[in-house]
Amino acid sequence: MKASLGRIGAMMTRYMYLYQVSPIRILELVYWPTFNMLIWGFMQEYLRSATHPAVFAASYLIAAVLLWDVLFRSQLGLTLGFVEEMWARNLGHLAVSPLRPLEFVGALIATSLIRTLVAVGGAGFLATLFFGFNALELGFGLALFFLNLVIMGWGVGLAVCAILLRYGLAAEALAWGALFVLQPLCGVFYPVSVLPDWLEPVARALPATHVFEGMRTVVQDGRLDIDLLAQAFLLNIPYALAGLAAFLGAYAVARRRGLLMGTGE
Amino acid sequence: MTAAPAAVEARDLSKEFDGRTVVDRITFAVPRGTTFGLLGANGAGKTTTILMLLGLLRPDRGEAQVLGHDMERDRFRALQRANFSSPYVSLPHRLTARQNLTVYGRLYGVSEVRRRIEDIARELRIEDLLDRPVGKMSAGQKTRVGIGKVLLNDPEVLFLDEPTASLSPESAAWLRSFLGAYRDRTRATIVLASHNMPEVEAMCDSVAFLQQGRLLEQGAPRDLIRRHGKQTLEEVFLEVAEGDTGRQQGPGDLA
Repeated sequence: MKASLGRIGAMMTRYMYLYQVSPIRILELVYWPTFNMLIWGFMQEYLRSATHPAVFAASYLIAAVLLWDVLFRSQLGLTLGFVEEMWARNLGHLAVSPLRPLEFVGALIATSLIRTLVAVGGAGFLATLFFGFNALELGFGLALFFLNLVIMGWGVGLAVCAILLRYGLAAEALAWGALFVLQPLCGVFYPVSVLPDWLEPVARALPATHVFEGMRTVVQDGRLDIDLLAQAFLLNIPYALAGLAAFLGAYAVARRRGLLMGTGE
Repeated sequence: MTAAPAAVEARDLSKEFDGRTVVDRITFAVPRGTTFGLLGANGAGKTTTILMLLGLLRPDRGEAQVLGHDMERDRFRALQRANFSSPYVSLPHRLTARQNLTVYGRLYGVSEVRRRIEDIARELRIEDLLDRPVGKMSAGQKTRVGIGKVLLNDPEVLFLDEPTASLSPESAAWLRSFLGAYRDRTRATIVLASHNMPEVEAMCDSVAFLQQGRLLEQGAPRDLIRRHGKQTLEEVFLEVAEGDTGRQQGPGDLA
C-alpha cells in the first residue's frame, strides 16, 4: 500500500513539474473558467434588470457555470494527464515500470482533483467578488454536488482515455469536446422539463442532470433534495465502473496490439 | 547439482501483427550475470522480442520469464528489479533530466533518490545535463540520461535496445566498458538488441541471430566464429542469414 501510494505520488509529482517548467500552463487552468464566469455573471445581471426580476433573482446561472466547470475540469484534468504521456511518448516507459494501471488511474484522478479545485476555486472567487455569489452558501449540498460531478467527470475522462489508447492522438479533440455532447441534455442552464418528452428519459439517465436539478432547488428554494442526489450517486456507480473497465480493457488491447510503445505525435 | 535458474527465459515466444508473423517460436535462456545479444537486421524481431520479455507486448503464444516471474501473470514483481532503455523512446522532453530521474526513481521506490541521482550523474558524467530539459539535449545526451534512468533502481536485469545507436564512437566505447564494469560489479544480467556486430561481439557472452522473426542460431560469439570457420561475428551472421534465405526461397526460386 505504501509503495503504491509512493508510485501515485511520483506520477503526481511528474504532472506538477509541468507547471514548474512551464508556469504559463497555470494560465490555461484558470483562463476559461474566469471568462465563462464573467460572461455568464454579467448575462445574469442583465437579465435580472431587463426581464422579470423574480425569475432571475436567484443566481442560478452563476451556480450552473461553476458546477459545469467542476464536471468539465474534472474530465479534462484527467484526460489531459493521459494525453501528456502520449505527447511525450512516455507510455512505453511507464508500462515497463512498476506502475500498475490502477495506480496510473489513481494519479490521474488525484491530479485532476487538484486542477479542478484550482480552476473552479478561481472562478468561485470571481463570482463572490463581482456578483456577490458565495458558493459556500450552498452548504453541505455543495460538497455533494461537487463529489457527484467529479465522479462523473472521471468516468467520462477514463472512457475518453480508452478511445485515445485505441485510436491514438487522432482522437485528441475528444479530450476537450467529449462532455459538450452531454451539456444540452444535463439541464445545466434550464430545467429538464423544457426538453422534448422523448429526450427527457435520456437526460435523466445522466448523473449530472440530477445534480443541476438539485442545484436549482437549493438556489431557488433553499432546499436540498436528497432524492435527486441519491439518484445521481446511484447512476454514477455504473458510469464510473464503465469508464474504468473501458480504460483497463483498452490498456489490455494496447498491450496485445503493441500500441503502448508507438503512441505519440 | 542443478543449474542456476536463468535470469531471462523465452519459451516458444510468438507474435503476429495483422496476420504477419514478426516473432516465430523463439526459445532461449540467459544465465544470471551474463550479457546476451539479440542480433538481426531492422525488422528481424529484436525489439518485439524485448518488448514481450518486458511484458509490454503480450505474446500470442509461448511465455516469457524474468527473474523467475511469468511476465503475463506476475510482471510487476519482475519490473521492480529490471529496467529498460531505448534511444527510440525518449523521456518526457519538457522535464529536466533531474526531474525525470526523480519521477522514475520514486516510481521504482528508490530510497534517497536525490543522492542516487547525484551518484549516477557522476558515474555517467552527466552532472552538467541534470538541470537541462531533455528536449534540449542531443541524441547522444538523451541516450546517456536514458542509461541513467536504467541504473536508478540497481536493476538485476537491464534490457537495452540499441544502447549505442546515437553515440559517437568514443562515447559508445566508453558506455560499453561502463556496462561491462557494471555487470561485473553487480552480477546483473544484460539483454541487448543491436545490429552492430562488432559491439555485440565485444560485449556479449552469448548471442542469438534473428531473421524475419525466427531464431537462426545461438551460442557464444567465439564458438559461432570457430564453428563457421570465420573471422568475425558479422561474417557468421551473413553466412547464416544467406543460408536461411536460400532455404526459405528453395532451389526453384534461386534458379
